[in-house]
Order: sequence, then C-alpha cells, then structure tokens
Amino acid sequence: MGFDAATIRKDFPIFDRVLDGQPIVYLDSANTSQKPRQVIDAMTSFLENSYAPINRSAYKLAAEATDAFEGARKKVARFINAPSADEVVFTKNATEALNLVAYTWGRANLQRGDVVVLTHMEHHANIVPWHMLAAERGIVLRWVPLTADGQLDLTDLATLLRDAKVFSFTAMSNVLGTITPVKLLCDAAHAAGALAIVDACQYVPHNVTDVQAWGADFIAFSSHKMCGPSGVGALWGRMALLDAMPPFLGGGNMIADVRLDGFTCAPVPAKFEAGTPPIVEVIGMGAAVDYLDALGMTNVRQHEMQMATYAMHTLTSRYGDDITIHGPRNVEVRGATLSFAFRGVHPHDLSQVLDQRNVCVRAGHHCAKPLMRLLNCTATARASFYLYNDESDADALADALEGASDIFGF
Amino acid sequence: MPGLEDLYREIILDHYRTPRNRGELPPPAVRAEGHNPLCGDEIQVYLDVENGIVTDIKVGGQGCSISQSSASMMSQAVKGKTLAEVRALVRRFKGMMSVEDAEGDDATVEVKLGDLEALQGVVKFPVRIKCATLAWNTLLQAMSELPVA
Repeated sequence: MGFDAATIRKDFPIFDRVLDGQPIVYLDSANTSQKPRQVIDAMTSFLENSYAPINRSAYKLAAEATDAFEGARKKVARFINAPSADEVVFTKNATEALNLVAYTWGRANLQRGDVVVLTHMEHHANIVPWHMLAAERGIVLRWVPLTADGQLDLTDLATLLRDAKVFSFTAMSNVLGTITPVKLLCDAAHAAGALAIVDACQYVPHNVTDVQAWGADFIAFSSHKMCGPSGVGALWGRMALLDAMPPFLGGGNMIADVRLDGFTCAPVPAKFEAGTPPIVEVIGMGAAVDYLDALGMTNVRQHEMQMATYAMHTLTSRYGDDITIHGPRNVEVRGATLSFAFRGVHPHDLSQVLDQRNVCVRAGHHCAKPLMRLLNCTATARASFYLYNDESDADALADALEGASDIFGF
Repeated sequence: MPGLEDLYREIILDHYRTPRNRGELPPPAVRAEGHNPLCGDEIQVYLDVENGIVTDIKVGGQGCSISQSSASMMSQAVKGKTLAEVRALVRRFKGMMSVEDAEGDDATVEVKLGDLEALQGVVKFPVRIKCATLAWNTLLQAMSELPVA
C-alpha cells in the first residue's frame, strides 16, 4: 500500500475542524505535531480503564498500569534500536533530557578549561545548559561553523574537537531543515576522545533512527513532535555512562534506600525518574511509536523528501527571487522544514497574513538566536511539513503568500 | 474574525515604510534596549532629556510592522514633552493596549494619542500586543536610567 497523506490525515481529528469557515493548513509540525485518533484513544482508554500508580503498588490494577508503562519504554527503545529498554529514561521533553546530561554527567566530569563543542545550528536547549556549565565552572565552548548553504562546515572539525570532552550536536536543524551526518560526527567525536551527544528531537519524528548505527553516546528527543502528547520525552544513553552518572532530581522512585544519613540510588532508568512520571503521556508516546511504526519511518522520510521537493519547487517557481529559502536544496540532506524570507515582509506580519487563510507557520527566532544572527535576521517564517501534509498544503501556503503582497504593496 | 484592515491601517504602514526618528544619539543620551523574547524583535531607544523635557529621541532595531510603526509614532509623540507628560502618554497607550488600567491616569495631564489611535486595532490580535508595546517598555527603561536631576 502506498503512503497517502490524504488518507493519513483522516486519522487526525483536528483536521475535521473548520475555523472561520476554512480548513486548517497546519505547517508547524517542527514546533509540535498534531495527534492521531490512535494516540488519543490509547490515552483515553488507559485513563478510563487502566489508570493506577506505577512501580509502587501490589494490586492487579497497578501491575497492569506498570506493565503498560514499561511496555511503552520497550516500544520507544525498539523505535530507536536501543540495545536495552533500560537505557531509555523518560523525561519531560528533549530539553530536559539535554539538561539532564549537562547537569549530571557534565558536573561529574567537566572541570575548568574543559572543552565542549557545539554547532552554529543548535537551538537553545543544546546551548544554554552548556552556557550554564560554563558560567558555573568555566568550561570552554567551541562552535562548528556552517557552509553558505546551511550545512555544517566540517573543514576544521578535527581541530575543533582536539582535546574536547563533549561534542553535542543536532541531527536535524529546526530552522534550516539540514540533516547532519550523525555517524560521521559521532566517529569524529570518539576519535578525539569526546562524548557524542545527539539532539535528535527534529530527527526521530521524521526518519529511521538507529542509535547503534550512529554510535552515539546520548540522544534526546520529544514525544510531542512525533504524534505523541506533550509533557514527555526521552533520553537514551549507553548503560555504562548512565550507570556511572550521579542522579538528577531526588525523590521517590529514584532511590533504592533512604536512611537518616543518606540514600542509595535505584538502578537506571529509575535513578533518573524521580517522582510520579507522566504516566498517561508515556502510554501516549508508546501509541505514537506504534502509529509511526505501522506507517513505516522509511515511508515517512520518503514522503517528506517529496514534500520538500514539491514545496521548494512550488514556492520558487511562483515567486522566484522574491522568496529565499534557507538551508540546503538537496533533499537528501534536508527534511521538510523550510525557513524562508518573502519580499522583505517581516515574518510576524507574514504569519499574520497567512493566518487569515488558516495557514499555520512559525514566525520568530525558533529558539535559535545565534543561528538567526548568522543568517543576518532576527526572525524567519518557517513552514514545516509532516506525514499528514500533502501538495494541497504547499499550494495553500503559496496562495496565501499573495495576501502579503496585497497588504504590503508589492 | 477581525479583518487584517483593522490591524494594518494605512498610517501604520506609512510609519513602517518611512520610520521617523531612526538612528542613534551620542552620549550623554541614555540608551536602552528591548527584546521581544518570543519573536526576536529588537529595539534601541536613545533619549536626550534637558530640564525634564525630551529634547531628542532616536530609535534603532528591527522588527515587524507593528513594533516598528509603534516605535516611530512613539518617537514623534514624546518629542518636546515633559517627562510627566510622557509617563501619562505611556499609561494611556498601554491602557489602549489593555495592558494597564487607564484608571491610574493622572487627570491633571492632558494626553492626546493622535496617530497612535491607529494602533487600536492591535488589541483584536492579542499576540501582537507585545509587538506594539515593545518600544514603550524600552522607553520606560530608558527613562528609568536617566541621571537623577
């Protein structure tokens, strides 16, 4: 059976909504994705039939809830080809996952003068935690620059990585759509004796993810960008690293024993999951993984390459030099996240005009202000396509852009 | 749904295309910088005050039509005003943006919004209120940094 976005779209109740007499053209999935009926039903059914505490009560209902929760962990682990489900730590989101690594592994292993290498296309979640460590203990940050077409410039990578302790980088830029050569970057990090941390929150929802093929040490991603609910994400890490790391938050569930004079930690992953987790959201994330698995991530990627090709072609053939699409043109190295500038109209004004046609795009700095400065702008408009978008959405975007010309007088 | 004509009035687009009082002022002018952390808009306000009167004001930065036109109109409106008049104007403007209660107005100071009335439509688009008030908050910040006379 072929991949048919129009059929897939029927799984998403939000697209039944008519807003101000028009359908919704949702092109903001790099921000957060919409949810299919299958995920909503799984969460509702769990709440209605199986909700109970996990990991701490002996009765049947609690055992059933615990099984469902741990079942979701196994699904998430399989989805990224993790060697063991115990290496998957549920967090609030990818941001918390990256903070967890910087806070615990970073504080245990990084001293004044130690080098952490980042790239110019990181978003704030993979910048600020390291800035915080730099302020606290004087680590040094180095930055991998970009090429003119928005890929990583790897010319001086070996020099940048020399004596580095950490190389933390995105697998796919949330602004440029660029997909980075993750395996090559992990290998380069390891050759320099550095840890490879992959911010995969834009990558996992759109591609086949294989942490073992990458050879990564840690990866972070969020449920809400991959058809699952908000409020949950995951950190995957090598067991030896997770095991040696100090805990993150302290509290229930993360302890083996607590005495008046101290405590001992529970084994990984519980060690990093203090307190009652987002139980229903984890169930939802598991259902999202089932949903994506059934579609096949190879098919999802294929569809998005076609969407990126179609959208770039439609916009440029219609508007020529009046539209500038940031990032690479080659769809082999990019996803269907398109940041663009249009006829000098400010992105905020563009998004306002597009909203008249219910075309939902992000306007702003995309939590990537250093990259914005590099592109020499304070903001871009960003249209991001996902598995439920088809050619009609790209056409609607192109049509709605005419409205900007009407108002701003071109 | 409110129409875009409520937002993008001709006078707003005019100030956006041809911003007034654009530029910088050398010290001893006070400089303040404002950011809209949501969208990345940036604004710089330079303020010259002599004997309690705004003798000159310049505005720099980049942003959307609403933030830039609001800054331009603001610069026109405050030039030549006393600090008390400027404060009253800021209150009135923020009242129009439903950010502040207009009840706090100082009745002894006459306030005319003039061109600024054109920004009234912004209230119908709540996400844009922060765009319209950015310059004004930056102005307040600049005023707070004035040397005490």
